[in-house]
Amino acid sequence: MKYVYCLSLILVLSSALVSRSATNTVQPAIKASMDRGKIIYLQRCMACHQADGSGVPRLNPPLDGASTVKGNDKLKLVRIIIKGMTDRVEIDGEYYDNNMSANPDLTDTQIADVLNYIRNSWGNKASLVTAVEVKAARTKIK
Amino acid sequence: MKKMFLIFLLTSLSFVSNANDSTKVNITNQAVADADNAGLTLPSGFGALIAADNLGRARHIVATKQGGIYVKLERLVGGKGIVYLTDANKDGKMEIETSFGNYIGTGIAIKDNYLYASSNEDVFRYQLDENGKVTNPNNPQRIVKGLWDKRQHASKSIALDNAGNIYVNIGAPSNSCQEVDRTKGSKGMYPCPILDSAGGIWQFKIDQTDQGYHNGVRYATGLRNVVGLDWNQQQNKLYVTMHGRDMLYTLYPDMFDTTVSAELPSETMYAINKGDDAGWPYVYYDHFQKKKVLSPEYGGDGKKAGGEKAIDPIVAFPAHMAPNALLFYTGNQFPAKYKNGAFVAFHGSWNRSPLPQEGYYVVFIPFENGKPSGQWEVFANGFSGTEMVKNPRDAKHRPCGLTEGPDGSLYISDDVKGTIYRIVYNAK
Repeated sequence: MKYVYCLSLILVLSSALVSRSATNTVQPAIKASMDRGKIIYLQRCMACHQADGSGVPRLNPPLDGASTVKGNDKLKLVRIIIKGMTDRVEIDGEYYDNNMSANPDLTDTQIADVLNYIRNSWGNKASLVTAVEVKAARTKIK
Repeated sequence: MKKMFLIFLLTSLSFVSNANDSTKVNITNQAVADADNAGLTLPSGFGALIAADNLGRARHIVATKQGGIYVKLERLVGGKGIVYLTDANKDGKMEIETSFGNYIGTGIAIKDNYLYASSNEDVFRYQLDENGKVTNPNNPQRIVKGLWDKRQHASKSIALDNAGNIYVNIGAPSNSCQEVDRTKGSKGMYPCPILDSAGGIWQFKIDQTDQGYHNGVRYATGLRNVVGLDWNQQQNKLYVTMHGRDMLYTLYPDMFDTTVSAELPSETMYAINKGDDAGWPYVYYDHFQKKKVLSPEYGGDGKKAGGEKAIDPIVAFPAHMAPNALLFYTGNQFPAKYKNGAFVAFHGSWNRSPLPQEGYYVVFIPFENGKPSGQWEVFANGFSGTEMVKNPRDAKHRPCGLTEGPDGSLYISDDVKGTIYRIVYNAK
């Protein structure tokens, strides 16, 4: 009986630990950056990409689930935010008609923040983007 | 009595209602409405059925006088961009008889014995036989080529007059003609260079090959993106519905809040005379202030009027609902109030977030002598399949095209699933 109790206690504790690690996937550094990034998202991005990141079919690509958004090519992401996008490119099997705004006035920290927000919101999960990385990327963008 | 019966029989067989007939015969459309009216909400006496389904991205549609329907697809299905539907057994459910055309696009129209269809750059015409079937599906005459296709607003809607001309919308590949499109702090270009090649309606001849900018006529300008257009036979005049600009808040947060940005500017309908200028990008229409307002890219502040030489809309709808099709109803099946009035298919908004989206329905506007004679009203609703569309991706169907069948039925296309709805009037 004692053994059973002990076992169930371990199960409860371990499941609590598992669920804790599952729900608390966002590290504090990312969380703070995401909170700042959300404010920028609502001002600059939401009109086209929608509050839930689902985009607009055939006009504005979704960010939720987008391979580029979740991917490791941070230079590409920084370039898109700074320069906007007007190319006819296929994105995850679909084409989108609208041009994306250029945002050269956003600071390195603001770009890192909005990237952390879109890379870790909805169904997305990705590594932290730092202002230092954005600064380095910006020098490569003409 | 025998005569009455005969009248009844004839009317039933021809499926034509005669509004002036005082004998009050029953109108029986052989096409029976679906039990749930295809999921649509309609005015009393109307019913709906799904005439065809799962066609792909069905943009504009056109009925032949024999009752077939041509559907223009925005994405190829089996390598084809036009679907021809017929209803061989006359049960109201249509089948694909043939598909052809290796190009995507939106515009499709019929005039006399020709079918006209557009890609995002060109316009083609096909010969129709006595059954309304295309005789040359693989080698149409290319009557217009090389129009701007710069992704944004690239669809080319078409309409035809009675004097051998075709009208083609060339949408502006821009929101408000800024130096950098849709970008905060970017100035509006003056004069807007886009207007030389887009942002208007161009007129071409119906029977000449490979016309283009060099010999087309810029019939009207200052129209940002017209997707719905129709030739009004009563007035012998072109009417259009325009998609208004986006992103007042995103581009000018100091001037507009998200609510104002969701509610402005109006989506507009214009009666077009040759040479007209509707004012884009310098002004937009504000249906609350009932005036043309100077665009913020050109020194506006949300209040200053502008566009003194630009025409006024004849109808101003709420913002961003995307009027994708316009049809003047000339049939006899629907009650008299609908005769010569306008139906407009609203594709539904995306630029109202964080507020709920709007549109995703077909409206009716009564007309007299070419002018609206009453307020617009929602005619067919429920396409989205959800009470409230928060994000456009939630909508299961989006109205995009309209056509009138030879019996006076109204057909509505949907470009999400490719459903063709048929609206019939069944009241006694």
